[in-house]
Amino acid sequence: MSAVMQSTAPPVNLHVVRWIGFKTIVIREYGRIIRIWGQTIVPSVVTAVLYFAIFGSLIGRRVGSMGGFDYKQYIAPGLIMMSVITNSYGNVVASFFGAKFGKHVEELLVSPLPNWVIVGGYAAGGMLRGVLVGLAVTIVSLVFTHLHVQHPLIIVSALLLTSLTFALGGFLNALFAKNFDQVNWIPAFVLTPLTYFGGVFYSISLLPQWARTLSFANPILYMVNAFRFGFLGVSDVDVAIAFALMTAAAIVLYTAAVILMNRGVGIRE
Amino acid sequence: MTEAPRAGTLHLRELTVARGNRVVVNAVSLEVPPGEVTALLGPNGAGKTTLIGVITSLVNKTAGEARVFGHDIDRELEAAKACIGIVPQELNFNMFESPFTICVNQAGFYGIPRPVARERAEKYLKQLQLWDKRGGISRGLSGGMKRRLMIARALMHEPRLLILDEPTAGVDIEIRRSMWDFLREINERGTTIILTTHYLEEAETLCRNIAIINGGRIVARDRMSTLLRQLHFETFVLNLRDSLAQAPTLAGYALRLVDDHTLEVEISKDENLNEIFARLSALGIEVVSMRNKVNRLEEIFMRLVEGRSGADGSRAEAAPPRTAAEPVAAAPAGSAR
Repeated sequence: MSAVMQSTAPPVNLHVVRWIGFKTIVIREYGRIIRIWGQTIVPSVVTAVLYFAIFGSLIGRRVGSMGGFDYKQYIAPGLIMMSVITNSYGNVVASFFGAKFGKHVEELLVSPLPNWVIVGGYAAGGMLRGVLVGLAVTIVSLVFTHLHVQHPLIIVSALLLTSLTFALGGFLNALFAKNFDQVNWIPAFVLTPLTYFGGVFYSISLLPQWARTLSFANPILYMVNAFRFGFLGVSDVDVAIAFALMTAAAIVLYTAAVILMNRGVGIRE
Repeated sequence: MTEAPRAGTLHLRELTVARGNRVVVNAVSLEVPPGEVTALLGPNGAGKTTLIGVITSLVNKTAGEARVFGHDIDRELEAAKACIGIVPQELNFNMFESPFTICVNQAGFYGIPRPVARERAEKYLKQLQLWDKRGGISRGLSGGMKRRLMIARALMHEPRLLILDEPTAGVDIEIRRSMWDFLREINERGTTIILTTHYLEEAETLCRNIAIINGGRIVARDRMSTLLRQLHFETFVLNLRDSLAQAPTLAGYALRLVDDHTLEVEISKDENLNEIFARLSALGIEVVSMRNKVNRLEEIFMRLVEGRSGADGSRAEAAPPRTAAEPVAAAPAGSAR
């Protein structure tokens, strides 16, 4: 029994470990998204159908045009972006908090994966769901209206940066959350109002000056308008500033998440 | 006899964990010999799980040093963690995933490519009799199956050091014994094992080395055989053929009547049972059977942890706990400490 014959040595190439680990987290998140598709994909599609039917077709007919476009065409990018924001955030906050609650986050914490890979894996999982739902809502939009693509690269960049930013936001929320109330608090009381006031349904040019000024403090306004610019070529904000803000937000949130993980906030005794 | 530990495996030096003013793990130093099974014993709240938490980075240490196969957890945490497999005390897998998925994903977190992970998942789930259950959600597994799943999961990256924190808690005797056989098997293949358990029979059966922790301090650590040899007193239960109204008086022995057919006697290792039987027989008392009141390790454990007499040679006075800085007296120089 005391004969020391070491079993298979662990992989020495930590880069390979990190890459396979990262892919595994993403695959696991994808599995979760697909396994509970009734909770992850369908609600946003149903919501989009309702928005298009009620705001687009019924009320939109009386609104007429917005920013020089048919109202349904105008709100379509905003609705897609709204679903991307909600789902990117919701995926990570639910999945990571669920892992904390069920203690299976320990599977990752005891593994050799560094925290920057764990944060990256969860963020990529959130982006994946954001993009999948965004595609589903885009298909719904095409049923109700025509979408012109003016700047495809801007569409893709805005989509990825927004979903990354909100996935990281969801991660931070999950890190601090101690119960399910705290998981729902930010989406209900912060994200939803910011999204509704973020130019999804209207151009801020319709607002009085004070409200327009206030709107510029809303980060979602920049994301929605950058995305809309990719489709329609119109925006309420400077698109370059929008991209600078999205990039900065993603970097700050990612750095904060890794630092907090390294300190063990919310995950270690 | 005990051989000097080779560099590597697990080396803890003055490891301390404090929570506020409370010291949970107090300057623990420990060396685990490679390729062997070491028991870490202690009462509830002694600091066993916290100690394991530090080694696996689930708990932040306050001071001290920990090295796993030479990798310092402060400087080479990733390399250190790659060597460890952990079977925690509490169930900590996703209850909504299948055993197969749990195992394959766990391997991925350790950098094992997916095709290899699938092969290993099949191998370990079969070895732990979980292959038939591989596809269903894990919530539906029985308690024993869930414990075995955690062992399979911990083995997916074929760790050099396997740490099991009460792996057989709540498991029936048959499954417990089959888990012991399995652990012996993987140890024979070269995996070093650290085991915490409340079943002292389990520790005595599986482990060659033992460390007893109490109040956050190591109070004893040695070869199992060396430690057991220090047991100066054992309590025997004698079952009598005829009933007795009171305990007989035998000079030099303390006898206690448990019930009218049962006597308890404490015997030092310098005394012998033949003499007791002869003297009882002379009094017309016939003993039909006999057993140890508790197993020997339990006796040692109780004496060390509860400060009861006996482990240091005294019969009536409390035994002072040994500390890491105060080696076990009977241990030979260079033993595994």
